[in-house]
Amino acid sequence: MNAVNAADTSFIIFATALVMLMTPGLALFYGGMVRKKNVLSTTVHSYAAMVIVSIQWVLIGYTLCFGKDFAGFIGNFQFFGLQGVGFLPNINYATTIPQSVFMLFQLMFAIITPALISGAIAERMKFIAFAIFILLWSTLVYDPIAHWVWGAGGWLRNLGALDFAGGNVVHISSGVSGLVAALVIGKRKKLKTITPHNLPMTLIGAALLWFGWFGFNAGSALAVNGVALNAFITTNTSAAAAALAWAICELVVRKKVSSLGIASGIVVGLVAITPGAGFVSPMASLVIGGFGGVLCYYFVTVVKPKLGYDDALDAFGCHGIGGIWGGIATGIFASKAINSAGANGLIHGNIKLVGIQLIAIVATIAYSAIMTFIILKVISMFMSLRATSEEESDGLDVSLHGEEAYGGIDI
Amino acid sequence: MDEKFSKIDIITSSSRYEELKEALNAIGISGMTVSNVLGCGIQKGHKEFYRGLSLDINLLPKIKVEVVVCDIPVDLVVETAKKVLHTGKMGDGKIFVYEVKNIIRVSNGAEGRDALRYTEDKV
Repeated sequence: MNAVNAADTSFIIFATALVMLMTPGLALFYGGMVRKKNVLSTTVHSYAAMVIVSIQWVLIGYTLCFGKDFAGFIGNFQFFGLQGVGFLPNINYATTIPQSVFMLFQLMFAIITPALISGAIAERMKFIAFAIFILLWSTLVYDPIAHWVWGAGGWLRNLGALDFAGGNVVHISSGVSGLVAALVIGKRKKLKTITPHNLPMTLIGAALLWFGWFGFNAGSALAVNGVALNAFITTNTSAAAAALAWAICELVVRKKVSSLGIASGIVVGLVAITPGAGFVSPMASLVIGGFGGVLCYYFVTVVKPKLGYDDALDAFGCHGIGGIWGGIATGIFASKAINSAGANGLIHGNIKLVGIQLIAIVATIAYSAIMTFIILKVISMFMSLRATSEEESDGLDVSLHGEEAYGGIDI
Repeated sequence: MDEKFSKIDIITSSSRYEELKEALNAIGISGMTVSNVLGCGIQKGHKEFYRGLSLDINLLPKIKVEVVVCDIPVDLVVETAKKVLHTGKMGDGKIFVYEVKNIIRVSNGAEGRDALRYTEDKV
């Protein structure tokens, strides 16, 4: 059974490259939404995740996630420095692709997750503090949660919680951590006057995220099969349904559909379908995306302004809320007819799965929130988390990076 | 010197620039400086929405055309601009007229009236 299948392997290599492109896509998505004095700072948060997590992963990240289980909580150091990770498949995860390909595919997920958090703290956090945060957060938050959910012996996996491509691991963890970080670091100055500087950039970013998400979700089948194709269809459908829902909300409330609204809806739909992509039917994905779009629209435009915290680019509003809904929705709509390795959800008569999904969601929220708070407090003992008032006014590009995105005068 | 130079600033909607330039060219004005500017007057702005943020934008994008004249009468320039730009609505723009002390053309050192004259043989 341990034969490497060339089609599966090629597909996952392709999917890995697709997921890699999501992080630069995210940088564009976020970069367009900040002021032009902070576009490089915001962009480099994502690029820092690519650099730091790539190194952390080959040293300890992969083995902490997928090494031999310790107490259901974390992997051991079996694969420290990638020793033993080669062409042979790891029978616990994907029996037909080399473990090295599985490792690379998983790396891209580990990269984008801390990059997502950067949306919450944009335009005001010190760069070096964020770089250290990426390293600590990946090691102490991402790796354990990925092990709980996906690792052989992980406690949420044993409980039967379903998370096809990272609703808990990627989106709830990053969204909640973003919210905590935004609260710890505080609001930007003159919050009510801040507008996006380049929405075409944001729209290109949304397109690259949509494109890369096919690798993220379809690739999570780890083989060329019906589940992969189902995930491809549900991913595309949910993205469209959520964008449509967000646009309709805008049309009803403001009489105008905005480009940022469409881009936001796309991302929310992709987030919401992530945990269920390989477990739910295409018709269910219409509902998951559609309701996710309405829910996040309401949260971002009505609830957030009332609560008054500054999650700058809505990392929590889109990834946290969208991810929580996606996890619950998987408990409602999952079907064994779609994926025999999954479970039946509420609409197929199994109410238990919703409960299991809620346990997984609550555990992810609690652990991410507490650990993020502790990590930030520890970093703040050694350095300031927040840029000074002058640095913030001048823009982080000049004050923290010593460069300008668009130069001073057009010559 | 009996030479009198005037500078005329015309601030108006960006969409009227082409018409205005043609009309000014037609009365013999060949040199001008044009800038994109933001401004507000009595014209109301518009509302912008970015996710949960809604903003009243009252600084609107406008175009500023600066010309300096000597031989061409200021009144002719002003009348021409008024004729082209007038719709009777807010946002048509404003015209400012200033006195200019001197004009120096860098390429040939000409000053005053000569600095505004562009004839074929001098170029």
